[in-house]
Amino acid sequence: MVTINVNGTPREVNADPAMPLLWAIRDILGMTGTKFGCGIAQCGACTVHLDGTPIRSCSVPLSAVGDKPVVTIEGLSPDGNHPVQRAWVEQQVPQCGYCQSGQIMSAVALLEKTPNPTDAEIDAAMSGNICRCGTYQRIRAAIHRAAELGRSA
Amino acid sequence: MTATMRGVSRRDFIKIGAAVGGGLLVTVYGCGPSGGAGGDGPATYEANAFVRIGADGKVTVLSKHLEMGQGSYTGLATLVAEELDADWSTVEVIGAPADVEKYKNLAFGMQGTGGSSAIANSFEQYRQAGAAARAVLLAAAAKEWGVPVAELDTEPGAVVHAGSNRRAGYGTLVGVAATMPAPADVPLKSPADFRLIGKAGVGRVDARAKSMGTATFTQDVQLPGLLTAVVAHPPRFGATVKSVDDAKARQVAGVVDVVRIPTGVAVLGENFWAARQGRDALVVEWDESGANGRSTADVFTEFRELAGKPGLEVRKDGDAEAALAGAAKSVEVTYEVPFLAHASMEPLNCVVNITPGGAEVYNGEQMHTLDQQAVAQALGLEPAKVVLHTLYAGGSFGRRAAKTADYMVEAANIAKAIGGRAPVKLVWTREDDTRAGYFRPAFHHRMRGGLDGQGKMVAWWHRAVGPSVYANSAFATGDGKDPAGTEGAADHPYKVPNVYVDQHSPDVGVSVQWWRSVGHSHTAFAVEVFVDEMARAAGRDPVEFRRSMLADDPARLAVLDLAAEKAGWGTPLPRGRARGIAVHKSFNTTVAEVAEVSLVDGKPKVHRVVCAVDCGTVVNPDVVAMQMESGIAFGLGAALYGAINLEGGRVVEANFDRYRMLRLPDMPVVEVHTVPSTAAPTGVGEPGLPPIAPAVANALAALTGKPVRRLPLVG
Repeated sequence: MVTINVNGTPREVNADPAMPLLWAIRDILGMTGTKFGCGIAQCGACTVHLDGTPIRSCSVPLSAVGDKPVVTIEGLSPDGNHPVQRAWVEQQVPQCGYCQSGQIMSAVALLEKTPNPTDAEIDAAMSGNICRCGTYQRIRAAIHRAAELGRSA
Repeated sequence: MTATMRGVSRRDFIKIGAAVGGGLLVTVYGCGPSGGAGGDGPATYEANAFVRIGADGKVTVLSKHLEMGQGSYTGLATLVAEELDADWSTVEVIGAPADVEKYKNLAFGMQGTGGSSAIANSFEQYRQAGAAARAVLLAAAAKEWGVPVAELDTEPGAVVHAGSNRRAGYGTLVGVAATMPAPADVPLKSPADFRLIGKAGVGRVDARAKSMGTATFTQDVQLPGLLTAVVAHPPRFGATVKSVDDAKARQVAGVVDVVRIPTGVAVLGENFWAARQGRDALVVEWDESGANGRSTADVFTEFRELAGKPGLEVRKDGDAEAALAGAAKSVEVTYEVPFLAHASMEPLNCVVNITPGGAEVYNGEQMHTLDQQAVAQALGLEPAKVVLHTLYAGGSFGRRAAKTADYMVEAANIAKAIGGRAPVKLVWTREDDTRAGYFRPAFHHRMRGGLDGQGKMVAWWHRAVGPSVYANSAFATGDGKDPAGTEGAADHPYKVPNVYVDQHSPDVGVSVQWWRSVGHSHTAFAVEVFVDEMARAAGRDPVEFRRSMLADDPARLAVLDLAAEKAGWGTPLPRGRARGIAVHKSFNTTVAEVAEVSLVDGKPKVHRVVCAVDCGTVVNPDVVAMQMESGIAFGLGAALYGAINLEGGRVVEANFDRYRMLRLPDMPVVEVHTVPSTAAPTGVGEPGLPPIAPAVANALAALTGKPVRRLPLVG
């Protein structure tokens, strides 16, 4: 039994400590907003925050999580009202939507560290998240918009 | 802590119920705070096969088409809401059940999604469904109020009577509406009266859920007792299982069972990780005696040999050979493109739950009629006993439309192999998904062109060589021809007096399949790069050269001109940048793109793409723009990096480390311009893709002076 802190709540997970955090979140805790895309930290669909840093949860074992706080897409806001989520809807980013939880978690982490990012900073922060629908132009616009919303909040 | 967990689970459960329609939907909304319909009235008024209105005023549209990112749910709901005069904020969409009579694609004759046809085939049908529902609500209000229906009108979500200043929300009328006959021949709105169709700001119905992580994909389905299955697949096409030692796999904590199925060995676990660990612990000996042993190099060698032999004739105008012999100048070139995997973000998966007398399937369901038959056959059931629940698909790009329903049948076979004792969620790993075949076929195009002394094309000769997408599809032609091999090529629009096009469709032992824009994904590259090469040979500007051959096709000319104008064709660019153009028609939609390209560290960098599109009536301008952006990104990723290679029959690429995708820093600025039109709408999911590879290739050739004849550009 491992205890991890997810979205502010300690959760007991009865699993092999080698199990990647992704599968504990999805299959054991039943929180399915975080997605499986590649399993080798190449696509970013599984991005969550560990101690405030965006990580690829498919490649981080439970044993490495410890008591550091984990934040998933479900932990951003109860109602979709996080500035990044609002910007995502406003800019009409999602198409198939499968990668977007990971995109949003990467964007939130970027904005927490860099509230007003340049295009180059967006490139650097978002290049680990693949979108096969090609929503990248709107992701870029939504990050700039979320920065504005964050400033006015 | 468990409250949060239960909350999430319950919400997901309800969401799945809502997504699959029927009973649960009524239960949920029936409990809602409405009151208008009264205690005896139904909670939901089923106006027709496509529209339900709840007592709470919510409008539910049943989509016969899969939502895989292309915006079909939003577009179909817009058509209904326009004619129903619905309040857009109350509209939601669910996937329709499998029912070919009610929900067939009018372009296919069976229920299914593809060929950029969702809006094109539904434009009248979904508007009529909305108009019919509105007519009944008007009649219901007339009956309630005792006034002539002619005195009534609607405003979004309500019937109004100006004379008595009365207003009734649609939800309050559902009880009466349910007792009234469906009307016949309700007139549709005049386009001048549209308030949703063609208007900006009608947001996607799925944007919010997809920004909250609450949209339910098949990957997210949770059912009591569900087991996750991961499969050991053969390492080469055509190999089979010889023997299995599953002792170690069965010792993995959480592994529940190991079963042999026709496509390999399935390990079932309490969760994905257990099943995956179990699969990795299997010792499988494969029988590769009947396996395909070819490498990519062998495939292209075969193509090049065939390119020297006459193929099946597809088009013949005049005498191209004679014209070539007599031409002042002639050009002969070949273009080659690789196999490509679809690589949707959601690796393929499917849930099958065998029930007493039937089965329930949860899937990003693209080809309902064929898939229902295939699963039923695997399970020994009547097709009607297989209930399909259509969930959001995390992409498809054609992959989910295989005639064999390969991954669905695999899931069914696993459920059958365990005697149906638990629901089974088959989850492919990324590696399984990349290596499973059903690729966009590799192709070789041999092209010859002749110019007269004035730089005018007098001969066009084209031989297309590559595996047939149609041969093993539900749309096989029966005459041995592969329409996909020469679509957009045999029917190229350029006015040339002597044209010859033929094709070879060799089977190279690799399954091939629709891949976004199908044959157009490579024929546009061949045709539009070839036209640029002919223009260069003639010493003419690429736009002027195309214009001179498009006099008989004013619609295409208008799209070409719009793109050229908006891109500033002919105006100076910063040093080190060049433009390239291409125009192509696919799925009845014409798209022209101008790409601005430079070289960064010797590699192509696309800065800006100006896109012009003629897709008839625009139902949702933002969705059209999204689909152009999407097609450009998908096509650009493939043009720059995409290639699936075989070595001794094994697929080399397995995951995104080697099967490289377009990433955010690669994305150009895309501008989309639409040609105003009142014609019927045509598709947008695919047509944005074909022009991008040739536009970029043409820009690179302009920049470097070296022609580009092979993809990918970077590799």
